[in-house]
Amino acid sequence: MLDLPLDRDVTVMADWPEERGPCHVRTPSYLRGKRGRIVAFLGAYEDPGDLAFGRPTVRRKLYHVRFSLDELWPGEAQAGDSILVEVYEHWLKD
Amino acid sequence: MAETDQDPRSVVMLDRLIAHLQAAGVVTEAALRERMDAAASASPRNGARLVAKAWTDPEFKDLLLRDGTAAAESFGFYPAGGPPLGVLENTPSVHHLVVCTLCSCYPRWLLGYPPHWYKSFAYRARAARNPRALLEEWGMHFSRETEIRVVDSTADYRWMVLPMQPPQTLGWTNEELIEIVTADSLVGADVIRFDAAKLSP
Repeated sequence: MLDLPLDRDVTVMADWPEERGPCHVRTPSYLRGKRGRIVAFLGAYEDPGDLAFGRPTVRRKLYHVRFSLDELWPGEAQAGDSILVEVYEHWLKD
Repeated sequence: MAETDQDPRSVVMLDRLIAHLQAAGVVTEAALRERMDAAASASPRNGARLVAKAWTDPEFKDLLLRDGTAAAESFGFYPAGGPPLGVLENTPSVHHLVVCTLCSCYPRWLLGYPPHWYKSFAYRARAARNPRALLEEWGMHFSRETEIRVVDSTADYRWMVLPMQPPQTLGWTNEELIEIVTADSLVGADVIRFDAAKLSP
């Protein structure tokens, strides 16, 4: 289990489980492969990807991660504007 | 919930589903009733009461921003088993705007059903992509020094915004302040506006 400190820069996995079959994913596609910064630890929760299918589940740490809108949509949003998203630990890497 | 020949099929299906869930011990009549009562009593006014209290009581404001669930519980608003509430403060340097790009997550147990536009594809796409232009369209102009921070509600939390209190309302009572807090301002889709001539005590 990752233990991510505040202000750590992280990358969201560029993974597409949708292409491998039925799944329930709470990581928006627009974040995959993008870099953000941990701003808060929100607790640990049962993995909704398992809950959605009634499977045995594990608790996943949930982080509030901030991304620059300018990085997500270059040239569209004003520099400095951002988006905060709840992302589970197994979607994050250094 | 009696079944009759006139019931639409969806109602018949719902009644049978409930009967099966009760028989299987998944839900009880009392638990269902409790959830229905919580849903019926949820309203933006509950959020307005938390906001007005936070504006007039610094200790409560600290609690609301640190542990929104506990703050809502202290008002008796929090139903057992509900998702945790996070509250984000709007200030001159940051304006939060809540959206759920994946579906329509909203603190329903506190504020009731979201407004219809909140669930629209247009809002969900535009809020995440260029929130500043969207807010401009809605009549809100923010200086370049104010960061627009979108909050995409993707997982276990539900998010509410603590709007900025207009300086002209400093000194107003709790009851007076509750009246100027709108549903839209509780997700950052509006700022607090009021007709000073009409409402100023």
